[in-house]
Amino acid sequence: MSDVKEKIIEIIAEQAVLDPSDVAMDQSLEELGIDSLGLVESIFAIEETFDISVPFNANEPDQSDFDISSVSAIVKAVEALIADQKS
Amino acid sequence: MKRVVITGAGTVNALGLDVPATLAAMAEGKNGISDLEFRDVDRLAITIGGQIHDWNTEGRFNRQQMALYDRFTQFTLAAAQQAIGQSGLEFVGDLALRSGVVLGTSGGGLTTQDDNYRMVYEEGKNRVHPFVVPKLMNNAATSHVSMEYNLKGPCFTVATACASSNHAMGQAFNMIRSGMATAMVTGGSESMLCFGGVKAWEGLRVMSKDACRPFSINRNGMVQGEGAAVFVFEDYDHAKARGAEILAEVIGFAMTSDASDIVMPSKQGAARAISGAIQDARINASEIGYINAHGTGTAANDKTECAAVADALGSHADNIMISSTKSMHGHLIGGTGAVELLACIMALKDGIIAPTINYEEPDPECALDVVPNEARDAKVDVVLSNAFAFGGLNAVLALRKVP
Repeated sequence: MSDVKEKIIEIIAEQAVLDPSDVAMDQSLEELGIDSLGLVESIFAIEETFDISVPFNANEPDQSDFDISSVSAIVKAVEALIADQKS
Repeated sequence: MKRVVITGAGTVNALGLDVPATLAAMAEGKNGISDLEFRDVDRLAITIGGQIHDWNTEGRFNRQQMALYDRFTQFTLAAAQQAIGQSGLEFVGDLALRSGVVLGTSGGGLTTQDDNYRMVYEEGKNRVHPFVVPKLMNNAATSHVSMEYNLKGPCFTVATACASSNHAMGQAFNMIRSGMATAMVTGGSESMLCFGGVKAWEGLRVMSKDACRPFSINRNGMVQGEGAAVFVFEDYDHAKARGAEILAEVIGFAMTSDASDIVMPSKQGAARAISGAIQDARINASEIGYINAHGTGTAANDKTECAAVADALGSHADNIMISSTKSMHGHLIGGTGAVELLACIMALKDGIIAPTINYEEPDPECALDVVPNEARDAKVDVVLSNAFAFGGLNAVLALRKVP
């Protein structure tokens, strides 16, 4: 399991008050019971953990380049941001 | 019950440093939002706001006063001077004892806190100026107005985030209406445009990087502003007896709590506040011609507010005009309802409805007449002013044309 994936699952699991093993990659944050405040907190945790800046505006979550439709989408988007911002 | 009228108004905000300049700017649909200028602004992602760039304290306040006045107090005192000057009231004798000050603010002396935290934490200083506490406290502005004008009755500060000013003016209104006070200096002030102030808001990810576009489907968040507006509310009989010029009558006020979420607004809570103000004013919803919206330009507020107005007003919602002047002066947080009351007075007194600027595309969930982009001439007799705060606290005022 990649380090990024593991850490993101940890962040999401903590936010959803679940055990990391109960987070499935194809689940959406909504399905995991994470609301809009939880989403903003998760993004903050991601930024702090990976020292990246995530383009996300709560007013237009769908129009952001940052895909949050599922756990695996988030992992992919974070990997892209890391590659982009750390290169 | 006493009738309550407004006999003085004053303001400083990004649109103007007095009421005539502000109303002229609102009537022109002027954009008061600009690039922020203050220390460390380069470390912010949000770099626009309704900042007062031409604020000059020289000649306004002396050295001793400046040592005690945070920017939010300076704004308040400038606005209070205009308002009390216009009212012509002199607070002496019994009138001084029966008059007070209720002002709204959310951050109080936030710039003072920001500067002094920076000094002790970042710069490692071990000593701060002796007046840091009296300068930063939320009631500093209220107390300085009380001291400056000899107002010796009920004086306090209200902090309910974005509804602070409306809650404050609602208290002032009810104190006069009940006979507890003869005149009240009321309104609100905010000065959060400093590094720490904007950085905190950035974290919530509800701020726009480019413009405040209330009710437009492509809106992408709020833009902060700063400044103050202060009014003199007065017992109608007292104002009439002394032949004072009356700007408008305050006829109703209601406040409710959503009791549901710390940031997401509720249609029911807002609708109950609107209906409550209508009932308190003993009017029919059909008398309302204009509503000054809370209209923050966030996805959540604007659609919830439109749904609440439709709920409270029924089919009459399609006849009224509703605009958000935050598109022009930004969101003054604890001072916002006060600056927005000026648009209500302009509607009643001058028959000019301030527009919602930056309006680009309709949103089917905000399908009301939002007075897009250009001011409109219209005769209205009764108006409402909405404020819905984080924390789910709602406060709505109702005003009527001069009796």
